[in-house]
Amino acid sequence: MAQENVAPRSRTDLFLSFTWLGLQGFGGVLAVVQREMVDRKQWMTLSEFAEEWALAQTLPGPNVVNLSVMFGGKHFGPTGALAAMSGLLLLPGLLMLAIVIGFQAFAHLPVVASALHGMGVAAAGMVMAAGWRFWPTVKQHPLGWPLGLAFAALSFALAALMHWPLAHVIGVVGLVSCGLTWRRLQNKDSA
Amino acid sequence: MNWSLWLELHLHFCMLSLLAVGGALAIVPEMHRYLVNDLQLLSETAFSQSVTLAQIAPGPNILLVAVMGWNIGLQAAGGFEAGGVAMVTGLLMALSLLTAAVLPSSLLSYFMVKWLHLHQHALSVRAFKAGMVPLVMGLMISAGWLLQTACNPQMDWRLLLLCVASMLIVLFTRVHLLWLMLGGALAGAALGL
Repeated sequence: MAQENVAPRSRTDLFLSFTWLGLQGFGGVLAVVQREMVDRKQWMTLSEFAEEWALAQTLPGPNVVNLSVMFGGKHFGPTGALAAMSGLLLLPGLLMLAIVIGFQAFAHLPVVASALHGMGVAAAGMVMAAGWRFWPTVKQHPLGWPLGLAFAALSFALAALMHWPLAHVIGVVGLVSCGLTWRRLQNKDSA
Repeated sequence: MNWSLWLELHLHFCMLSLLAVGGALAIVPEMHRYLVNDLQLLSETAFSQSVTLAQIAPGPNILLVAVMGWNIGLQAAGGFEAGGVAMVTGLLMALSLLTAAVLPSSLLSYFMVKWLHLHQHALSVRAFKAGMVPLVMGLMISAGWLLQTACNPQMDWRLLLLCVASMLIVLFTRVHLLWLMLGGALAGAALGL
């Protein structure tokens, strides 16, 4: 059944909706964004959302912020983009600083420092898990999984162990990986 | 903090914004290299606190840039003891770095979205998307590894175990992230790590 899309009413609506969205996003925002934009607000259908999200991920920059800019811009031009983006960042940003100040006020206490260490390594595990989530995609890589995994391992070695600047890692590994992928896809297309 | 250093930081984050394929976590290794190793504007502790607290607060991950800006500004102006001036400096620095980190990529998104809609199935776009995936995977695992090392410089095996456990729980269960953070905090406090 086709869903009738609803347009955001105003820039204020955009700002407030994205503020609400930002305030709910713990760790992964994807699920929250989808629920709010597709189910609750009915701003877009699920398949439209999937396409927009894929586009937002293709471009550099934080994915949700890109999505907010793309969506706000589509409905209200530059000021719409600004309204959506600042909604996402302003209040959640201030809340985050309040949390940081709260923690820092007690960071000198040994028990708080220990708790922060424990939370820190737990967060580190989450971030690593977020990286491993790409494994199914790497397994299906046009270059085959061994080469995909090799590029992942190489960028890990360069970034985490040899402390290369990101621009160099992208310039070397990214260029080779994208170039090889391009050639492989080209051969596949013409085959 | 002098103006030339501030300008350099601001411009560096503008560049990172355009290199942030894969989002905020993918630039964490670069921020560590640049702010902790090279410029020494952040201690390992301040770095790990910034990333950790950004994970427990709601909001997009990119807000960790604001927390790093806050810490840099606060330290540069003499810390909490310096009072209001340091807080204002921290706030301005947070705003400055966050703006730098999101504005260039947002402008790109704004102007590229139509082009990308039309060309999303073009060979070049598909090759870029697929080609960058292994890199993003490697960079995000790097981000986790550097955060682990920053929290655990002595490589205490109990913290290492906690990190691996957290990773496996995220990968194989649907436990809410906040429970995991709480568990980490309790384990850390109880064991005095």
